[in-house]
Amino acid sequence: MTRFLPRALMAPAVTTLFLWMIVPLVMTIWFSLVHYNLMQPGDKTFVGIENFHYFITDPDFWPAVLQTLELLGAVIVITVVLGVALALLVNEPFPGQGIVRVLLISPFFVMPTVNALLWKHMMMNPIYGVLAHVWHFFGATPVDWMTDLPLFSVILMLSWQWLPFACLIFITSLQSLDREQMEAARMDGANALHQFWYLTLPHLGRSIAVVVMIEMIFLMSVFAEIFTTTGGGPGNESTNLAFLIFKQALMNFDVGVASAGALFAVVLANIAAVFLIRMVGKNLD
Amino acid sequence: MTNKTSVKTSVVMALGALGVVAATSSHAADLVIATVNNGHMIEMQKHTKDFEKANPGITLKWVTLEEGVLRQRVTTDIATKGGQFDVMTIGLYEAPIWSKKGWLKEIKTDAAYDVDDLLPAIRSGLSLDGKLYAAPFYGESSMTMYRDDLVKAKGLTMPANPTWAQMADIVSKIHDPAKGVYGLCLRGKPGWGDNMAFLTTMVNTYGGQWFDMSWKPQIDTKPWKDAIGQYVDLMKKYGPPGASANSFNENLALFNEGKCGVWIDATIAASFISDPKQSKVADKVAFTQAPQAVTPKGANWLWSWNLAIPASSQKADAAQKFITWATSKEYVNLIAQSSGWHTVPTGTRKSTYANPEFQKVAKFAVEEQKAINSANPNDSTLPKSPYVGVQYAAIPEFQAIGIAVGQQMSAALSGKVTVDQALKTSQTAAEREMTKGGYFKK
Amino acid sequence: MSTPYPNGFPYVRTFFAWAIALLLFFPLLWLGLTAFKTEMQAIAVPPQLFFTPTLSSFVEVQVRSDYLLYAKNSLITSVVSTVLGLLIAAPAAYSMAFFRTKRTRDILMWMLSTKMMPAVGALVPVYVMAQTTGMLDSLTALIIVFTLSNLPIMVWMLYSAFKEVPNDILEAVRLDGATVWDEFRHVILPLTMGGIASTGLLCLVLAWNEAFWSLNLTSANAGTLAALIASYSSPEGLFWAKLSAASLLAIAPIIVFGWFSQKQLVQGLTFGAVK
Repeated sequence: MTRFLPRALMAPAVTTLFLWMIVPLVMTIWFSLVHYNLMQPGDKTFVGIENFHYFITDPDFWPAVLQTLELLGAVIVITVVLGVALALLVNEPFPGQGIVRVLLISPFFVMPTVNALLWKHMMMNPIYGVLAHVWHFFGATPVDWMTDLPLFSVILMLSWQWLPFACLIFITSLQSLDREQMEAARMDGANALHQFWYLTLPHLGRSIAVVVMIEMIFLMSVFAEIFTTTGGGPGNESTNLAFLIFKQALMNFDVGVASAGALFAVVLANIAAVFLIRMVGKNLD
Repeated sequence: MTNKTSVKTSVVMALGALGVVAATSSHAADLVIATVNNGHMIEMQKHTKDFEKANPGITLKWVTLEEGVLRQRVTTDIATKGGQFDVMTIGLYEAPIWSKKGWLKEIKTDAAYDVDDLLPAIRSGLSLDGKLYAAPFYGESSMTMYRDDLVKAKGLTMPANPTWAQMADIVSKIHDPAKGVYGLCLRGKPGWGDNMAFLTTMVNTYGGQWFDMSWKPQIDTKPWKDAIGQYVDLMKKYGPPGASANSFNENLALFNEGKCGVWIDATIAASFISDPKQSKVADKVAFTQAPQAVTPKGANWLWSWNLAIPASSQKADAAQKFITWATSKEYVNLIAQSSGWHTVPTGTRKSTYANPEFQKVAKFAVEEQKAINSANPNDSTLPKSPYVGVQYAAIPEFQAIGIAVGQQMSAALSGKVTVDQALKTSQTAAEREMTKGGYFKK
Repeated sequence: MSTPYPNGFPYVRTFFAWAIALLLFFPLLWLGLTAFKTEMQAIAVPPQLFFTPTLSSFVEVQVRSDYLLYAKNSLITSVVSTVLGLLIAAPAAYSMAFFRTKRTRDILMWMLSTKMMPAVGALVPVYVMAQTTGMLDSLTALIIVFTLSNLPIMVWMLYSAFKEVPNDILEAVRLDGATVWDEFRHVILPLTMGGIASTGLLCLVLAWNEAFWSLNLTSANAGTLAALIASYSSPEGLFWAKLSAASLLAIAPIIVFGWFSQKQLVQGLTFGAVK
């Protein structure tokens, strides 16, 4: 009975996910090994690793991999650090605590493509954007975000978009922090920093792990924001792996190479996951 | 407790929804039309009732998307024979490719439609072996739009067919960043239909081409170097900040705010910048042809949005009726009566331009017509080319090549790489794609 | 507690919290303001903070698009997929949290790995699958895709929430002879309500804002608000006021939903504090 119940509880989730994973995966592996271009249907000759070779010999490939990891790392670090800080800030009561929490979470409600356009045009345009206006106000020349700092601009946009997610999870987690333990520590003479380091942070460990892993998964395949704002440029400065796959899949309609690229992305994601799990995985248990 | 009630409501809603979906899918002829979200198409949607009244038994359902998403959506659907759309809006780029593959049904027209009224350049781009495979709804070319007041203030005149040298001179003199005016606004955002549309015409007029007759990419040749060099030089000196991420809409916003002296872009911009409801400089604009350098060939681009029927469509007759209605002379009149001659879709029929009412309200009509008529997709480069298209090459590989090259041009504009480096990298990228596509062996 | 602020009025905290919150909210505020501008005001240099508001953009969005159809579709697909997902994920998370085995972490990682394939790479396989099963342009297809896409997220977040339940409480209840279901209903559910609520909310929003599958698997009948937004993005011509208005209309139902379930959410979010 005790062995059956856990398995029965997990069965629906595991079976549905397995089916959802296996069919597209098998098809993708098949497509990656044949020549399949939507514009030339009927032609599905086996070409072995040719698609992989083509994808990896793209001069933009290694910069894209690097930039994918940069994007990932930067957004995760920014959202986790700021997320924890903000969650702590709003954890104690103060006037308007509820409203502030809603304000912090609100950017998550806006559609990603709208976010991208909002930032590109309304905030970051060096002539009619709000940030340009602010820069002028302080007497400085506005920053040309998309041209000079393309990857950084994308990181900024994505961090703004995902910070609410991190905040929400951390705020929720802090609710179950043991107040009595904190009081006891305070009375024992521990200052705020000690309290944070030895009590709060370990308590948040698991939710930090969850945020890190979930964000990694999403940020790995982000491309809509990049396409709308910088088009991967200038040059390949804001190109990431997902953008390369997109180029092959929906510009070239070369399903073969796109599938090969998708498998590369899976490999990269696995490597990143292994790496991250080593860092935060203990906290999951 | 909230879980239980919300579960119940959700199940009820789901069942209701499934019921609704089942009920609505049983009409006689529901035409699903995929279209782009440009002004003229939006206007067409507003007249759905007019069509439905004249053609009882056919209802129209619209799927409106932005250009890039639309293209991806309809291409995926038609190539996998998904059958999601009965009428597709495709560009002048897709039409030759798809008709050659036999993916489109022929559009049959009668005498009343007057197919000879269609502008010849566009009609030939949409026909194969004399048969029409897509009907043009809206057409455009490119031209120069400029601030008459700024040019006159410096005692200059803009020629009717300016050369790039003349343009450079004028732009340098009206450039006045202290007063917030930038001499020249051009596209810079990477994309085959963004910056590369304009740059291709510039390369054309400098005597260049995308591919020679053996399909070898020609990007690292002198005409490209001259054209791109001139582009980067002018934009660095007289362009607005952020140019390398600007496309049509950004430049439109800048021009309407009075920030641009000269803007070379799609002819449709003319109607926007002359509209006092959205432009601060509506009464100060004038128009002329796009600049030339070594040759006038290919200096003005040619583009049209067209309605087509997928070959596997089950509703070809109804689709045919709709398409001939939407691209007819009567439709143009309908729009003219309901919202005025300045809002009619242009760039497709000679009769529209010949209409005196239209000429009265569209100051730019003359230049626009000149530009469209001068564009010939079959002969737009000085050296002979194996491809069709003025500002693009109508081959499937072009989109990926175009965006890769566009990225490099944007990098050159922003100063991250030199023009030579950008051209070299672009050449490599183009050669890769063309080799993979089997066009030529390196 | 005699006063709400036992350690004295939190001046510093209030100042920083409000300052940062307003700073982070500002772009959204700008979006909201732009929705009430004309296109010309939207591109004004310098950007206008004060202007005469107009409803013209909203009117145009209403006239032009079938807003109610899209909103209904979004509501149905998001809510059903979230509820369905919770029903499938909760038992799995429960099992992994309280009946832990050597394989638990592997299974968690495997579930996450099902999301590693970028959607854009799997477009053609899924499109062909949907086409062969005749599910193109149906709400069912979207519901299935959303549920399965969000399932790993739900399992992870619910697992995390369940792990927060302290063992001593569980043991005490088990010693008293409670069944698994009793344990769940009376102990675990109340204690983890906050986590469940935030999981539900996040996945609801993820499904609501999902644009890739919503656009590619639907055409005339099953389009969601993502399709509405896509019809206002980047046409040839000024569009920012209209896009802002469309975005506000797209967020509206979810804000309304959030407002009504606010009580449960707040209750859930603060319940854990009462030990």
